Amino acid sequence: MQGRELSGADIIVKALVDLGVDTIFGYPGGAVLPIYDALFRQNKIRHILVRHEQAAVHAAEGYARSTGRPGVVLVTSGPGATNAVTGITDALMDSIPLVVLTGQVATHLIGSDAFQECDTVGITRHCSKHNYLVKETARLGAVIHEAFHIATAGRPGPVVVDIPKNVQVATARYEKPARIEHKTYRPRVKGDLAAIEAAVDMLASAERPILYIGGGVINSGPGAAQLLRDLARLSHAPVTSTLMGLGAFPASDPQFLGMLGMHGTYEANFAMNQCDLMLCLGARFDDRVTGRLDGFSPSSRKVHVDIDPSSFNKTVRVDLTIEGDVGHVLEDMVKLWRARGLQPADQQDWWSRIRGWREKNSLAFRQEGAKIQPQHAIRRLWEATHRRNPIITTEVGQHQMWAAQHFDFEQPNKWLTSGGLGTMGYGLPAAIGAQLGNPGSLVIDIAGEASIQMNIQELATATQYRLPVKVFVLNNEYMGMVRQWQDLTYEGRHSQSYSDSLPDFVKLAEAYGWKGIRIETEDQLDAGIAEMLAHDGPVFVDCLVEKHANCFPMIPSGATHVEMLLSPDQVSGKVAKSAEALV
Amino acid sequence: MAPRTKSLFPEEISERHTLSILVDNEAGVLGRIVGLFSARGYNIESLTVADITQDEAVSRITIVTSGPRRVIDQITAQLDRLVPVHSVTDLTELGPHVERELALVKVAGTGESRAEALRLAGIFRARPVDTTTQSFVFEISGSTVKVDQFIELMREVGLVEVARGGVVALSRGAEAR
Repeated sequence: MQGRELSGADIIVKALVDLGVDTIFGYPGGAVLPIYDALFRQNKIRHILVRHEQAAVHAAEGYARSTGRPGVVLVTSGPGATNAVTGITDALMDSIPLVVLTGQVATHLIGSDAFQECDTVGITRHCSKHNYLVKETARLGAVIHEAFHIATAGRPGPVVVDIPKNVQVATARYEKPARIEHKTYRPRVKGDLAAIEAAVDMLASAERPILYIGGGVINSGPGAAQLLRDLARLSHAPVTSTLMGLGAFPASDPQFLGMLGMHGTYEANFAMNQCDLMLCLGARFDDRVTGRLDGFSPSSRKVHVDIDPSSFNKTVRVDLTIEGDVGHVLEDMVKLWRARGLQPADQQDWWSRIRGWREKNSLAFRQEGAKIQPQHAIRRLWEATHRRNPIITTEVGQHQMWAAQHFDFEQPNKWLTSGGLGTMGYGLPAAIGAQLGNPGSLVIDIAGEASIQMNIQELATATQYRLPVKVFVLNNEYMGMVRQWQDLTYEGRHSQSYSDSLPDFVKLAEAYGWKGIRIETEDQLDAGIAEMLAHDGPVFVDCLVEKHANCFPMIPSGATHVEMLLSPDQVSGKVAKSAEALV
Repeated sequence: MAPRTKSLFPEEISERHTLSILVDNEAGVLGRIVGLFSARGYNIESLTVADITQDEAVSRITIVTSGPRRVIDQITAQLDRLVPVHSVTDLTELGPHVERELALVKVAGTGESRAEALRLAGIFRARPVDTTTQSFVFEISGSTVKVDQFIELMREVGLVEVARGGVVALSRGAEAR
């Protein structure tokens, strides 16, 4: 076959096969018809037909986050590309490796306002890690291989490849390229040894250390999570995680303080505030994590390990930076610690303070009577499923924070949530992608009744591919997090945050070929969950919960870690003018 | 571009830095760079771009920007992670370097003011590149300060319009940096 010319469309498919792609998520249209025909004529790649292009990208994110392999998306030009933009931005914010192939009008029509034309590379320039407009079929194979390299190397992210229709039709030779060494893009993987040595010394001599971990540990692979455990064991340091890092360190480990930040635990935030050494591993000092910056961890020295040096000193000034893959840096730290036979400093006082903060029991809730508290529902769901090591996705809002607080994760790649962009409608398509990547796993989308409606059409995708995903809606008839902020900031004026005219979710689910279950009272909860788990197809659970519960603990915007609200009675309904503009 | 107001570190003072960026000369690369500055609220005081290799594969973009040191470091890091960027050199940070700017300055007038314009141009080593009986177009090159001063003086003798090329800069010494 060497030397035979192939159409651009066939080159795309062949390159994807060579790259080990087994699944792509997409939606056909005029400008990608040649590629869809090439897909029709092969059987190595499975195409998953979504119902909206945004969902194709979230499904690819779910696939990527749960398998560690890049997700692949195929959409048409114009509206296909613009519908994908939210998902692409979501993947950029959360560092998820994706390759998004978009169709484009023929090269001679570009710029003429042709039917379904849009400036895809212009629109996605700043919401992708990189993008390409391929104008020659001969370049297509090399560009697709390079796109995968860029998407997965260094800090992962989405790469868009825009392919005009005539480039898909014209022919050229294709050869699988040898190992890609990009001429300009070469992220540093190994950390500087002198800096790592300094970090190890700082950690060993710290009396009040804390490991602050993020999604970078998960992106680095399962080896990094194991090395993190080793370092925690050696250093005796407590560990706290961002939303994106949950699962990188086992929730059941006595050294784990839980999530930190706006809805983090009392002990995690107080330990961040009062530590004398903060070792940040693959996290980026996001505003949800830091709270008010001038009061952030005032007396600590800070070490930041990140593969992306643009994260250094962006919002918080640190004392030592280590550029490199967090797994490699952890490996060197653990090796150095062991080789030098180091012992941690005396942390008795530190741990006794941590015990004191833990006694606040900041995640406590009271389940009384027939009304289901949302936290209780999540806890019962965890009780019923954690032995099966489920993959949990979420939408965005109160249910997401309650899931982060009350569903414990022991392993990486089991928790898929939209962190940076906060995209409602992420959870159902992400669950579909995760189920395709992990056919044997239990996959549950913990959702809210408002978010789920943003991509509800994907119920059909699960039905079509016989995916046994579960959707567990905490239905409080409110956009709960919006209402919570209105309670906090606007004296409870609930402007447009009531979920009016809700569908009958059970009937809706059944109309899509799903099993539908409604849980109305506490005494139905366990049985409903059991019924959901017993059904081997897709199940939609509409769980009616206490309507007015708000998510605590909470650091209000503009406040510091030590100004947490633990319960609703601390809410005054007003905030300072300076905080009103903060999100 | 509107200046970035950064209240996080109020004690920080704004510095002017000249950045020299080598990029792959591919479609859209300037859009990436300029878009990064606007999306993240960084200043651009001056920008020049042209290809600098025989095969037109690499362009040098020279950007003069200003901001607190921390923001300048951010700009450098953000530029450096763009895929088509080969290198980012902060010439101001690096130390000795030469910066030059070219401007064309049109002046109109007759009589004494016309003669004065020509005299001043001589002092600034500005060259007339177009002449009519009522006007000159002067070409001037030099530091930004020198060009500024020349334009200021020309206001008094009949300045009509100005075109400036923006700052180009190279490090001193034998090495490419």
